[in-house]
Amino acid sequence: MTDLLVTGEPSAGRLHAPPPGVRPKVQWRRLVGSPSFLLSVAVLVMVVVWAVVPEAITAGDPLFGDSADRLLPPGADHPFGTDQLGRDVFARFVYGTRTSLYATLVAVGVAAGGGALLGVIAGFAGGVADAVISRVIEVLQAIPGLLLSLTLIAVLGFGTGKIGLAVGISGIPAFARVMRAEVLRIRGSLYVEAARTVGARPSAVLAEHVLPSALGPVVALGILELASAVLAVSALSFLGFGAPPPAPEWGSMVAEGRDYLATAWWLTILPGVAIAAVVVSANRLARGLRPHEASQ
Amino acid sequence: MGRYVAGRIAQAVLVVIAAWTVAYLIVYALPGDPISIMLAGSGGDSGYIDPGAANKLRRELGLDRPFPVGYMDALWGLLRGDLGISVSSGMPVAARLTAALPPTLALGALAVTIAVVGGAVIAFAASAARAGWVREALLALPPLAGSAPTFWVGLLLVQFFSFRLGLLPAFGDRGWQSLVLPALTLAVPAAAALAQVLVTSLHKAQGESFVHTARATGASRMRTLVRHAGRAAAAAPLTVLGQVVGGIVAGAVVVETVFSRRGIGRLTADAVANQDLPVVLGVVVLAAAAFVIVNLLVDLVLPFVDPRIGRARVRGAGR
Repeated sequence: MTDLLVTGEPSAGRLHAPPPGVRPKVQWRRLVGSPSFLLSVAVLVMVVVWAVVPEAITAGDPLFGDSADRLLPPGADHPFGTDQLGRDVFARFVYGTRTSLYATLVAVGVAAGGGALLGVIAGFAGGVADAVISRVIEVLQAIPGLLLSLTLIAVLGFGTGKIGLAVGISGIPAFARVMRAEVLRIRGSLYVEAARTVGARPSAVLAEHVLPSALGPVVALGILELASAVLAVSALSFLGFGAPPPAPEWGSMVAEGRDYLATAWWLTILPGVAIAAVVVSANRLARGLRPHEASQ
Repeated sequence: MGRYVAGRIAQAVLVVIAAWTVAYLIVYALPGDPISIMLAGSGGDSGYIDPGAANKLRRELGLDRPFPVGYMDALWGLLRGDLGISVSSGMPVAARLTAALPPTLALGALAVTIAVVGGAVIAFAASAARAGWVREALLALPPLAGSAPTFWVGLLLVQFFSFRLGLLPAFGDRGWQSLVLPALTLAVPAAAALAQVLVTSLHKAQGESFVHTARATGASRMRTLVRHAGRAAAAAPLTVLGQVVGGIVAGAVVVETVFSRRGIGRLTADAVANQDLPVVLGVVVLAAAAFVIVNLLVDLVLPFVDPRIGRARVRGAGR
């Protein structure tokens, strides 16, 4: 649902809109001084470390548990408690970061890559290509993202990578819209007109002017997409379309804990808190990197 | 006005057909054999598939003919309300959707109501708050609520209201009590989205000259906020309402699974698990229809809420 907000009007209260081709800068100094921004970065860095070297973070085993330690509440030995098979929930979450983050990154990559390509084609080629791409993007708005992902999964089959692909394809329209708008904005600017007057090829205009300038908005949207992709990936994993058990995944862990909701709250509640923390952090980061937001 | 409405209805029908077409192309034109996918089912690699059954299914789905012919046939079926046969149950898709619709409709209606009221209350309270920290806290709420996974919100509510307090049933679909928690769960992300859009548009509207004029004539702060700025700010959240309702249809897939309820969401989850493609396509049609109907209603209501929109549009359409 966060993707609704990208399409919204730029923030109110800005008196002087910058001329086309000029974009307000990200206020780095202000961001570095913001505790919430730094905390968000720290959370995301930590999650990446979990995904890369889970064995350095936790001594617990994600797949095998001690049956004597079944359903222990959180404590010093097991920060997130243990599950019905005596497995350490924190260890499972940390190891599950790898698969869940993999699916999320596939999703963002597919969405950003596919969307940027379509947006550039639509913005540069114009005419029929633009009309067709723009109409398809508009029509796709009528299908909720999660439902489109579910449709793709029904065709592609199940698995962590396929979840990522399905979520990524649903994210393409947002990137295509932003990229197309950027291309049109920059193409209409004076300096591109000047470059073309002196004989620059369209490919040179694209490589030297359009792509560097479009990078900022696409990266900001990419981080926002990261947040919604974590939610979509974990929802699809929760529904059982991800890796088969006993492989740990953020969403499927919560689904497995659902049977013990009355007796062992930590199986569902703590992984959920961790997922939400990652999403909040990515949203905060994206808000900081959106120039007009930072200037408020 | 009549011609304008007729035109908008035709446009809405076209959007539904286009959305169905995109989904149809994804399902049937993508590389891979939909027949073996469906007969194998449950996401696994296909083992042995009975050629007789495969041919029968291919005929039923119109896939034994050239693609454009099969598509036109399916389109004609869609226009008559015939969405084909569910592969896993052998029942018509339209009948399965109709049977699953009432519980989801009740759930969705309650969820949208909670979301609109809750989102509006938070946005107006944040805009009206004088104390800085109250304002900051209220403004921080929607992004937080929108970041929580829906399935987790549902389980959290069950944990608290059912198991701790014993107030409401945890699972199932009997009586209005069992509707409260799932509707609340669905409403959380929707309310968050609506509140965020409304906060921005309220902020913008409060800078409008007619709001200053109203304030200068002696109208109170609250009155100008609700009567003047509120009406001017309503357009933005209303225009995203279609997407919010679409999100609720998709969210029902998760929520009906969490709460073990029957309905469209559960039907979708089962159809995806069994790779019952005609049912999945039927749900896409339903979601797209919900999206365009809400957008249509919003467009018709908007002129009454914000008079500035009405004048421009009715004059433009009347020509």
